[in-house]
Amino acid sequence: MQAADTPQRSYETPVPSGMNAAGLRRDARLERLKLFGLSSPALLLVLVILVIPVGWLFYVSFIGANGQFSLENYERMITRKSYARIFVTTFQVSLLTTGLCILIGYPLAYFLSQLPSRLASLCLITVLLPFWTSLLVRTYAWLVLLQKRGLVNDWGISLGLWEEPIKMVHNMTGTLIGMVHIMLPFLILPLYSTMKSINRDYMNAAANLGASPRRAFWNVFFPLSTPGLFAGSLMVFILCLGFFVTPAVLGGGRVIMVSMQIVSNIELFVNWGAASALGVVLLVLTMAILWIASRFLRLDQIAGGGH
Amino acid sequence: MRWLTSPATETQVTHGQRLWLYVLSVVIMILLVVPTLIVIPMSFSDSQYLEFPPETWSTRWYQNYFGSAEWMLATRTSLKVAFLTMLVATPIGVLAAYGLHASQVAFVRIAFVLLITPMMVPIVLIAVGAFYAYVKLQILYTVTGLVLAHTVLALPLVVIVTGAALKGYDMSQEQAARSLGAPRWRAFLTVTLPQIKFAVVTSALLSFLTSFDEVIVAMFISGGDNPTLTRNMFNALRDQIDPTIASISTIMVLVTTGAMVLAQVFGQQRK
Repeated sequence: MQAADTPQRSYETPVPSGMNAAGLRRDARLERLKLFGLSSPALLLVLVILVIPVGWLFYVSFIGANGQFSLENYERMITRKSYARIFVTTFQVSLLTTGLCILIGYPLAYFLSQLPSRLASLCLITVLLPFWTSLLVRTYAWLVLLQKRGLVNDWGISLGLWEEPIKMVHNMTGTLIGMVHIMLPFLILPLYSTMKSINRDYMNAAANLGASPRRAFWNVFFPLSTPGLFAGSLMVFILCLGFFVTPAVLGGGRVIMVSMQIVSNIELFVNWGAASALGVVLLVLTMAILWIASRFLRLDQIAGGGH
Repeated sequence: MRWLTSPATETQVTHGQRLWLYVLSVVIMILLVVPTLIVIPMSFSDSQYLEFPPETWSTRWYQNYFGSAEWMLATRTSLKVAFLTMLVATPIGVLAAYGLHASQVAFVRIAFVLLITPMMVPIVLIAVGAFYAYVKLQILYTVTGLVLAHTVLALPLVVIVTGAALKGYDMSQEQAARSLGAPRWRAFLTVTLPQIKFAVVTSALLSFLTSFDEVIVAMFISGGDNPTLTRNMFNALRDQIDPTIASISTIMVLVTTGAMVLAQVFGQQRK
């Protein structure tokens, strides 16, 4: 700790001479490096458990069945129809989920942002409760609710809304219902905090200048809420792209997304090359979207947005 | 009914005119909460189909759960791994957040991005990578391996939550302590840490939950003598709808809600 004390003196007393100043600057630099070193256990762990293995997957994706360098794992994605369908499904599910989340989440976030703060924090519990409940539990709940003899069918029939039990699970409908429910908090939370920070005087000013309520909303409030909407939608879309549990359980094998194909490539076919190539494409897609978004938004804002 | 005609917004829209918004919002809030909580009453149903409201009540699914050696083993593993993840992720995450905050070297930003990558990389890829690495390191299906992988997943949360608290903390207090002769570690422990302790507690609880709820990584690297609860639940869901899962879900909801209520209580004290 001796070296650690040295720059402290430079903070306390004026630097006496030029030669000393250089020495003190060096000490200060050393001190900063030592402090940075405190993050090394965390960095090392991420490196060993995540970066190196993922780097290896990247390498494996370029190795063909004969052990030589080859692009066959990527060619397969283009030539085989089934792979194209998987990507289409993934984008379909992600876009639909994001769209539905916006349609459902925006009014609720707006409603919450207008409430007095005590009531708002009470109502926010309804968003936070599903947010922190295990996604497996919520997926299971939907499976039970939507099954043929489930609650939704029972009530729908007894209310006379439909006659035969409708198949709502083990297909696209069930997947979307589950996904939207799981993703909604990720959209609502950042959107709510953005809306909360909009100065209400702007709306007042718009009204005073003669704007109709509708016009004041669309020309003043909505544009100011777009950063939160953008951050939330991005978060939802990115999470959807790599989603696994909900489509695997509620899709019943009919909705196959990229992450599910990766898992079955390893579990069923033990084909590391094919799985890795799909993983690389998924990663590159995710990073590209994040990179494009980061040109409009600060990345740490997105990362912090969901929590 | 005066309330209906009174203005609700700055633009003089009345409450009556936006009744639709209130109704819609309440419906959405109900739809958010009900599927989360409905497993609780359903788990006490006697029926194989988990009726709601249950016609006959019973605790048979709980008896199934507590009577099954397999489920008990998985529960023990999950709790053990989550607790250890909390114990590992919190100190190294807080150290990292502090190091990055205080050092201000040029590559702090790169290090920060590296530390939050586990949040951005698709989780399936992390799982497959860890699976491969663990075969090589021979720690597949071990508690150690699970704790290390879950720590990596929890680190971004710890770094973000603690980092945010450090941003709001005045580092010159620590400098004051050190100018009075305290070594840096002591200044940190006695001056800085007490002031960011709520963020640290929140980080710890989030780490616990991250591990406890994690499915996909656990699916690949847990098993054998150390299967996690989520792994077994997921496998059971793929096969058939076993009502025992309703009772386990109820217990999981209680554990996570308990942890989050604790986090909220600590979070409130900070304000």
